[in-house]
Amino acid sequence: MARIGKVMAQVAMVMNLDKCIGCHTCSVTCKQAWTNRSGVEYVWFNNVETRPGQGYPRRHEDQERWQGGWKRTAAGRLKPRAGGRLKKLATIFANPKMPAIQDYYEPWTYDYEHLVTAPLGDDIPGARPRSLLTGEPMPITWSANWDDDLAGGEELASNDPIVQKIGDKVRFEYEQAFMFYLPRICEHCLNPSCVASCPSGAMYKRAEDGIVLVDQDKCRGWRMCVTGCPYKKVYFNHKTGKAEKCTLCYPRVEVGMPTVCSETCVGRLRYLGVVLYDVERVGRAAAVKDEHDLYPAQLDVFLDPDDPEVAAAALRDGIPERWLESARKSPVYRLAKHFEVALPLHPEYRTMPMVWYIPPLSPVVDALSETGHDGEDPGNLFAAIDTLRIPVEYLAELFTAGDPEPVKRVLAKLAAMRSYMRRINLGQEPDESIAEAVGMTGADIEAMYRLLAIAKYDDRYVIPTAYGVDEADRGVIDEIGCSLDFEGGPGMGGMGGAVPFGEASGRPQPASVENFHALRDRQTSDGRSGPARRFNLLNWDGNGRPPGLFPDRERDAADQNTSDGKYLEGSGEPK
Amino acid sequence: MNPTVLDYMLWGALPYVVIAVLVGGTLWRYRYDRFGWTTRSSQLYESRLLRIASPVFHFGLLVVVIGHVVGLLVPETWTDAVGITNDMYHATALSLGAVAGVTTLGGIALLIWRRRTTGPVFSATTANDKVMYLVLVAAILAGLATTLLSAAAGLTGAHEADYRETVSPWFRSVFVLQPDVAAMAAATGAFKLHALIGLALFALFPFTRLVHAFSAPVWYLFRPYVVYRSRDKEPTQATRPIRRGWT
Repeated sequence: MARIGKVMAQVAMVMNLDKCIGCHTCSVTCKQAWTNRSGVEYVWFNNVETRPGQGYPRRHEDQERWQGGWKRTAAGRLKPRAGGRLKKLATIFANPKMPAIQDYYEPWTYDYEHLVTAPLGDDIPGARPRSLLTGEPMPITWSANWDDDLAGGEELASNDPIVQKIGDKVRFEYEQAFMFYLPRICEHCLNPSCVASCPSGAMYKRAEDGIVLVDQDKCRGWRMCVTGCPYKKVYFNHKTGKAEKCTLCYPRVEVGMPTVCSETCVGRLRYLGVVLYDVERVGRAAAVKDEHDLYPAQLDVFLDPDDPEVAAAALRDGIPERWLESARKSPVYRLAKHFEVALPLHPEYRTMPMVWYIPPLSPVVDALSETGHDGEDPGNLFAAIDTLRIPVEYLAELFTAGDPEPVKRVLAKLAAMRSYMRRINLGQEPDESIAEAVGMTGADIEAMYRLLAIAKYDDRYVIPTAYGVDEADRGVIDEIGCSLDFEGGPGMGGMGGAVPFGEASGRPQPASVENFHALRDRQTSDGRSGPARRFNLLNWDGNGRPPGLFPDRERDAADQNTSDGKYLEGSGEPK
Repeated sequence: MNPTVLDYMLWGALPYVVIAVLVGGTLWRYRYDRFGWTTRSSQLYESRLLRIASPVFHFGLLVVVIGHVVGLLVPETWTDAVGITNDMYHATALSLGAVAGVTTLGGIALLIWRRRTTGPVFSATTANDKVMYLVLVAAILAGLATTLLSAAAGLTGAHEADYRETVSPWFRSVFVLQPDVAAMAAATGAFKLHALIGLALFALFPFTRLVHAFSAPVWYLFRPYVVYRSRDKEPTQATRPIRRGWT
């Protein structure tokens, strides 16, 4: 093995596309957690695309147009496809390759107020859509998921850049209509072109876990990252003027919890784990000449955590033992490197993405069964992979820069797993030859089956808690827990018992208990309603007339009543 | 003509007030509102006009800024020393200045027209922006006026007070803490107006989106492409002011 350079750790993800049912739970929970704010209405850190289709933003894979990712120069060096440093600065006053809001979609809401304010008439009033950008009425023509389940249709699928790339012949086979789902988040690349494109240096890759983040205090809104990312997973918040992107839910990952999209995934198709890699090999691997070599080159960058030399090098480079331990159990490493069934998304962008995919196999079994063959017989399966309804060429354009061989190998392994495990389920002798046919052992297949089909929570998510938190590296970060969870508090089972410093101690709880006037004021005023106008009745002991209990016109009287300051603390509101 | 009290106020005291506001305001903004420190680009809403207007305006403005630096900081004696005659100097300065000024004005006119007519861009325009645009356009107009008046004076042969003998010495004198009020008091009305509007613009600078000019990312040219950063050893204060500086 070559000399081991600087070892770094990456929290990476694998998605098993066979199990994705396109329910969008990941998208919705992510949206609720991260982009449920104004300025990012159009932003989906996680979205699920139906393939073949145009994706979100529309046709984002068309790098001839959007110029994302890296380009290999004649000299064998890498340069952002949209241009190097000088060109970036020369075009800084207007980014020539930035998608417009219409390429994502114009966010809208509905004029619900009209439902109650419409004059009496013969027709039932409707809530018309209104743009969230201008407030004007707008027709709804597109959204992040407009072509959901419409893949394969001539109108939409023919605009899929990959379909256009692999040509007419395949497109006509598409008329039989197939589709599969492709959930996408930020790839947290090893060689991130968004980071390389940021003139301010506000974007960075975290040294400890490889998560790519935007420093909101350093971002100056130059927008080059949006162009730089070939996956179009960096977004521009049009209210704050700053870039935002998927954070891999780092506050959760730091405490050992899976990301929101993973946690809520109904199909249990996501895997999270640590991968160790040699950062000094990244540049060369990303710059290999033949695009077909990019996938194997990226595999070579990964380091085997079971190798004692790797372990020694990792410890040398400051990766703690428990991260090594976690890397040894990493489902991502096993699926990507050990079993070699997970593939990177668009390695030809040369960003070394770290969210990998197990390509979908399901339609082949269905297709075989429909023709009257035994859909899970290994011979039939292996032969059928070349004539899949989802053409291998299409998957290869997604996952291996167009090289069909690795995709075929993966599909053969998945098919072998089905056949091998079926014999066991039927009470037959395990057939080792099925495993050997795809270069695996029976034990390997059973381990892979356990990981892919049983997919226990603890097997899917192997996430060590953050390190380097303090000098002693206790490896513990206190999650910001429920503030009622103190000993004897309501979160610990009941209101009774001791509270830290007596009732109403500490900061006031945000309570939605309001009086009528405060509620009306808050809901009808344009600005923020002032804090002094609200009074939390839960904190009221029934005596006197604290400020905020009654509306403004009685403010003077209320002030007199509280001149002894008795309620200033009780109401918890700044005077 | 002896300087009046007003002259001392405007050209002796006001520049230092403006410098204090500019420096202090910028430090304050950087200290407390790094989150609000952005170009606030509206390119996401509208790209077609912006791609023409914004570079025209910004590159025009860069030339204007360079022209100001040369005109204000390089003393006449230096150009005389290298053999540039006053006529040569003014012919170059006025023609270049007029071209750059008109370009800048055209750029900002198109930008403001775009801002007014493109729905989402207009919706995203704050009162702060409007004030800033007003002062900025006034500064450009007054500046162009001085250029054109000087050119006209040059053509007719009338002897306008040369800004290199009035405004420039005053500007330099401000920075050595010995403001030459008399020099500035001798300048023509157009120059005085332009200088005052310029001072207003500098005073507004830290409190508007103009601050993005201070973060011109020149060091991007010298840094490696991929940036690695460690997690903060100690979490920074989670609270930040809710209000942004430009709302």
